[in-house]
Amino acid sequence: MVEIALTVNGKDVTAEVAPDEMLADLLRERLGLIGTKVGCSEGECGACTVLVDGRAVVSCLYPAAKAGGRQVTTIEGLPQDGQLHAIQQAFIDCAASQCGYCTPGMIMSAVALLAEHPRPTREQIEAGISGNLCRCTGYYQIVEAIALAAERMAGEAQHGA
Amino acid sequence: MWRAYLTPTTLEEALAMLAEHRGEARIIAGGTDLVLQSQQGKCPSTVMVDITRLPGLDQIAERDGYLQIGALATHGQVASSPLIRERAEVLALACGWVGGPQIRNVATLVGNVVNALPAADGAVALFALDAEAEVVNLRGRRWLPVAELYRGVGLCTIDSCVELVTALRFRALGPGQRSAYERLAPRRVLALPIVTVAAVIEIAEGRFVEARIAVGPVAPTPFRAVRAEAALVGQPVTAEVIAQAAALAAADAQPRDSATRGSREYRLDMVEALVRRALSQVMTG
Repeated sequence: MVEIALTVNGKDVTAEVAPDEMLADLLRERLGLIGTKVGCSEGECGACTVLVDGRAVVSCLYPAAKAGGRQVTTIEGLPQDGQLHAIQQAFIDCAASQCGYCTPGMIMSAVALLAEHPRPTREQIEAGISGNLCRCTGYYQIVEAIALAAERMAGEAQHGA
Repeated sequence: MWRAYLTPTTLEEALAMLAEHRGEARIIAGGTDLVLQSQQGKCPSTVMVDITRLPGLDQIAERDGYLQIGALATHGQVASSPLIRERAEVLALACGWVGGPQIRNVATLVGNVVNALPAADGAVALFALDAEAEVVNLRGRRWLPVAELYRGVGLCTIDSCVELVTALRFRALGPGQRSAYERLAPRRVLALPIVTVAAVIEIAEGRFVEARIAVGPVAPTPFRAVRAEAALVGQPVTAEVIAQAAALAAADAQPRDSATRGSREYRLDMVEALVRRALSQVMTG
């Protein structure tokens, strides 16, 4: 076993992980953070997307031991003070989720995208979620939701300033 | 699958760990290929030596007249690096095609090379750039042409159980040089290519002065279309000359019929089309 210390959703966590355990399994099976989904287990579908040090990664191919010393953010880490993250709220408002299996990963990719491009073009949104598959929505509402979230977040930032 | 996961913090420590577990330990960086290969029973190594904590290996910088890319630089870093985009655009374009964003954030360009698959986008661009790799083992360091690291499909002359590649380097494109990357794949994202072409071309006074054309994955390894290159140098930049070179490049390809990549005939035609496209694009800028 490998002992690692990491930050998950802002909280310090220590864990004994198997050498071949993946981050997705650590999060879901042992930390109880089942918002992160595992779809293909091959890094192709993006359902297991989480942020490591702010960058989107597929946690099904990311050895848990590699996450030692790093900051991991999952879908559970997005709400603040009981308020959904702007992207989560926009997904609801735009009906951007049907079966919901891709949604956490899609939203985590969107978080990374908006951190890099706060006012993304449609092309940038499409590129940002290009590593996430959705078999229900046809992506239209998802792209809309991310655009709406960007608008609201920019408005808030302006308001705050 | 793995019985130990080690995280050395110096290069010396990493090499010592490989030596200690002689044959059973292997270098892992991003791991996006290696995890799958291990899970599928295609990698016998049971001890992983993770080099992602070695300091300084994620740099992309100009050094000694070369552009140098450290072993830990990811495809995402290379694709978005202003230095690479301005002075070796073909490599930035190629790296931007690999996997999806989440894979590019983790998978390293050096790993793409060491994995030695002919479909590796980054490697095809490195062939066109005449890139070299710095190989480090307990006996020392040496620079080897990237093209010499390939022995066959998935076969790299680097033995990741005893040594590692710490950096890649190549000359930046000169003022008169241009590059292009053409790729045909079933989808734009997360799809392995049917044919890829990387080209570095220099044109002066309406003639080709230099031509470097790399092609993948239509042979066991990426390869340079040397007959096409020779047919261009010294010739005027015309559609006829380009068409001739494209045909020669296709003649040097040896694709197999593939259920996922199409028939041999189709892919030969596509090599010709993509070489023509790459050269035309360089011509029109």
